[in-house]
Amino acid sequence: MPLIKNGAFAADPFVFVPDGRAFPEDTGVMVTLARFQGERENLFAHHAPVGVRLASSENPEVLKSDLHRIAAIAIEFPIFRDGRGFSWARMLRTRLGYKGEIRAVGHFLFDQLAFMVRVGFDAFEVRQDFRIEDFTRAMGEMHYVYQPSADGKKTIFDLRLGK
Amino acid sequence: MYRYDEFDATMVNDRVAQFRYQVERRLAGELTEDEFKPLRLKNGLYLQLHSYMLRIAIPYGTLSAQQLRKFAYIARKYDRGYGHFTTRQNLQFHWPRLVDVPDILAELASVEMHCIQTSGNCIRNVTADQFAGAIAGEIEDPRILSEIVRQWSTFHPEFSYLPRKFKIAVSGTAHDRAAVKFHDIGIEIIRNDAGETGYRVFVGGGMGRTPYVGLEIGRFVAREDILAYLEACMRVYNEYGRRDNIYKARVKILAHQLGADEFRRQAELEFAEIKKTGTLQLPERELARIAAYFAPPEFEDLGDEPPEFDAALSDKDFANWAKTNLTPHRAKGYAIATISLKAIGATPGDASADQMDALAQLMDDYGYEEIRVTHEQNLVLPHVKKRDLPAIFARLKTLDLATANAGLITDIICCPGLDYCDLANARSIPIAQAIQQRFADLERQHELGELKIKMSGCINACGHHHAGHIGILGVDKKGVEFYQIQLGGSGAEDASVGEIMGPGFGKDEIVDAIERVVDAYLKLRMDGERLLDTYRRVGMVPFKNMVYQEQTHAAY
Repeated sequence: MPLIKNGAFAADPFVFVPDGRAFPEDTGVMVTLARFQGERENLFAHHAPVGVRLASSENPEVLKSDLHRIAAIAIEFPIFRDGRGFSWARMLRTRLGYKGEIRAVGHFLFDQLAFMVRVGFDAFEVRQDFRIEDFTRAMGEMHYVYQPSADGKKTIFDLRLGK
Repeated sequence: MYRYDEFDATMVNDRVAQFRYQVERRLAGELTEDEFKPLRLKNGLYLQLHSYMLRIAIPYGTLSAQQLRKFAYIARKYDRGYGHFTTRQNLQFHWPRLVDVPDILAELASVEMHCIQTSGNCIRNVTADQFAGAIAGEIEDPRILSEIVRQWSTFHPEFSYLPRKFKIAVSGTAHDRAAVKFHDIGIEIIRNDAGETGYRVFVGGGMGRTPYVGLEIGRFVAREDILAYLEACMRVYNEYGRRDNIYKARVKILAHQLGADEFRRQAELEFAEIKKTGTLQLPERELARIAAYFAPPEFEDLGDEPPEFDAALSDKDFANWAKTNLTPHRAKGYAIATISLKAIGATPGDASADQMDALAQLMDDYGYEEIRVTHEQNLVLPHVKKRDLPAIFARLKTLDLATANAGLITDIICCPGLDYCDLANARSIPIAQAIQQRFADLERQHELGELKIKMSGCINACGHHHAGHIGILGVDKKGVEFYQIQLGGSGAEDASVGEIMGPGFGKDEIVDAIERVVDAYLKLRMDGERLLDTYRRVGMVPFKNMVYQEQTHAAY
């Protein structure tokens, strides 16, 4: 799947390895939370960079003590309506101070991209036919925001106060 | 009332362009109906039985004359000459064409209006007491907080894909006209012993198929913390609200499953975390800026009993109207006037383009800045000089807007039902009209006193039947419309969920059955009791006995 990182198509340094499959050599790997928890030290020793892929029901707070060495966290959207991932990304950035990549995977819509960037996603696995112009367009649809989020964008409340 | 600044205006204009692009993609076939649906819903555009329906947000039910005129214009140009005011203080057009909707939005934006988040699984339009700023005993105008919440919740990036829809209401007085305990979050503005204003936050109220009265979660949330507290409650819901079953996805299910103590504990953990970042603290200056828009007009120093008003009371029609449709105002010599949209035989909540234009003219003539929409589907002129009332009444009469039934049995809340809605199981409008006809005699209505009938055409309860003193629920039994009666509901500060009386009635029996409920009440009541009070004193059994005993048809 094509990857958009920081607004442009980018090579993917990770290979997602489903549970039970052998790890490929010479590449970063992305694994499920269960596998990460089971093989953590082996992963960091031999397969860095390491990414963890969370299901939409998995609270990233369980990764707290390892966040400094996890290079990417993918958050799955099983269906675009399942908006838990928005809270997980926000918590990762704002509460847990996570600086690595937060990647959206699964089923989401063009029209959700701007919200995703706001809460802290910076990478997106998109459909084969996705046009980068649409990403740019999605980022530019709304000029202002009313509420603070992980993007640190000045809110309308700030702007009114001349901040 | 609140006026957009450049930022608010840009937000709404951006939204028009965004939606125009979405409609273009749909019309070009780039979006399937399935993909378009959540996008149009976030903009209040439903696909109903016969056509699209567009729901326009009227934040906290406050409208200017200019906005009302715009509704009239849209009704004529793009719809069928009328609009429908809803229980969420919104306005619906029931016949727009998809290709016209972007233009309608642009028309609305030109008068600082929009359809943002009037549907979809997001935070919906915020509602408030329709008597805000006019009623005595108010701690603070609830529209100040409502406007802040409107802004905070607009395009909230984290809470736009919630498990289910989310409704917030605010009341500024202990007497609750906004049904706060039947909202996902209800906020009551209170004052503590130290004289500070703060907020009491109820979570998990709601109607639908599992009605609940909200739980008190925040006992006293400080003013500057309210957005942080709301965000905390929302986050608990977004994380833990059920997503596997649409019927169990509202926050009421989560809150009542966890219980008030556990929900509060989780919310307060989140709240503490959010407070650490400090970014959601409400700045005093911004609060003051918004509050200034809701400053009441300068009230003249008037006598409380102007001769014009007293003289008009000899007119029976006016006296009846004054009795039910006027509410004491906080300023001497003023009154709050409720304009009933429940003329006998009319569709509850509907207003024609001509009526809207005429009301706008009346507002201009008397210098009224605003008119309000009530959740009971009526309109309100909040600041009327009592001496002007006879003339205003006379004008309302010519518009068929002077029905003297506010709060009485014919002032029925009613959803659009099977005449429009594809969720409905039964028609509601014809039943409401038949009940109005049966009880059209005004003297009889006054004799019955405050009596709230609320009717829904399906279990989703848009017509608030759970909160009706008499609630009516339309159901479908093997292709036949049936109507269940509930008694004892209240949407006020003494909130309660009505109890089902027993087997339902056919469409030809329901009006008789309602009449038997009313007759039972007249036999059972003690001095000064409303039907609700009598029911609470004697319980269901005596009512049930009288209603079913005297029934001649077989009930199902």
